[in-house]
Amino acid sequence: MASGDWQVEVFITLKPSVLDPQGSTVRTALHSMGYRALRDARLGKYLTLRFAGALSRAAVQRQVRQMCDKLLANPVIERYRFRIGAKERTGR
Amino acid sequence: MKFGIVVFPGSNCDHDCYHVVRNVLRQPAQFIWHGESRPPALDCFILPGGFSYGDYLRTGAVARFSPVLRAVRRHAARGGAVIGICNGFQILLEAGLLPGAMLRNRDLTFICKYVHLRVESQRTPFTRQLRVGSVLQVPIAHGEGNYYCDPQTLAHLRRRRRIVFRYSSESGEVSEAANPNGSLDHIAGICNERGNVLGMMPHPERCMEPDMGSSDGQGLFLSLLHEKYLERA
Repeated sequence: MASGDWQVEVFITLKPSVLDPQGSTVRTALHSMGYRALRDARLGKYLTLRFAGALSRAAVQRQVRQMCDKLLANPVIERYRFRIGAKERTGR
Repeated sequence: MKFGIVVFPGSNCDHDCYHVVRNVLRQPAQFIWHGESRPPALDCFILPGGFSYGDYLRTGAVARFSPVLRAVRRHAARGGAVIGICNGFQILLEAGLLPGAMLRNRDLTFICKYVHLRVESQRTPFTRQLRVGSVLQVPIAHGEGNYYCDPQTLAHLRRRRRIVFRYSSESGEVSEAANPNGSLDHIAGICNERGNVLGMMPHPERCMEPDMGSSDGQGLFLSLLHEKYLERA
């Protein structure tokens, strides 16, 4: 296993059932620019997290899920998904 | 009646609340720093407006983990009065002391103006002395007051009369036009099942003296004091 840190990307978006006023505004703007085929635009948050490489992939997955459930996403209005990438050397 | 005003990094209505309690209501008030998990005995916690932790991530999301919230939870569980105003309301939602969440205002703008509120419920000590259907003039100042909850929660809030204030016209008519931020069912404030925890986006502390353009905010606090007095009598 290569040494280095785990790189994690987290995507948080509003649930489909929740109105997204920012997304609607962006959609309207894109429509007025001529992108007629555009059906919808939704805005969300993107986070990058870096974990110590000593952790197992399963542990990273567990911790990211906890972080999302407890703080990063609000389950009332948002949902999340994340991607654990390959370990990367950070040069430190 | 002893009031504790919680101060988070980024709170900016804490001094307004302090002024109102001390100089208008003539009651003892103290600031409670957010790091305090064991504050002195209090009768009412005020979670003031502002931008706790810079509103980073989501409004109220980080403040919810402040040690003082443990004290607020204990106080609420004992039936003690808690009022969250604006950012304080957002914190109560994130903390799960009240249901639902806040979205950006419908028009994506920060709105700072006087609005009208219709009193919808006397379930809280803050509204027990107010008349259901009466209209208050109270200012709002927020960018994220677009209240949202799922349909089941909304039905429950309605059934249990936990919607305490709705945005309305001056004559008390609830309509889309009178709703400044797009909030679900025109909700401006809700309470918990027991009624002792109230969250509201409008700022009653900003309209406690005629010089401020309205003194309708007094109704809430006088109602609370009246309750306390009844309890002791």
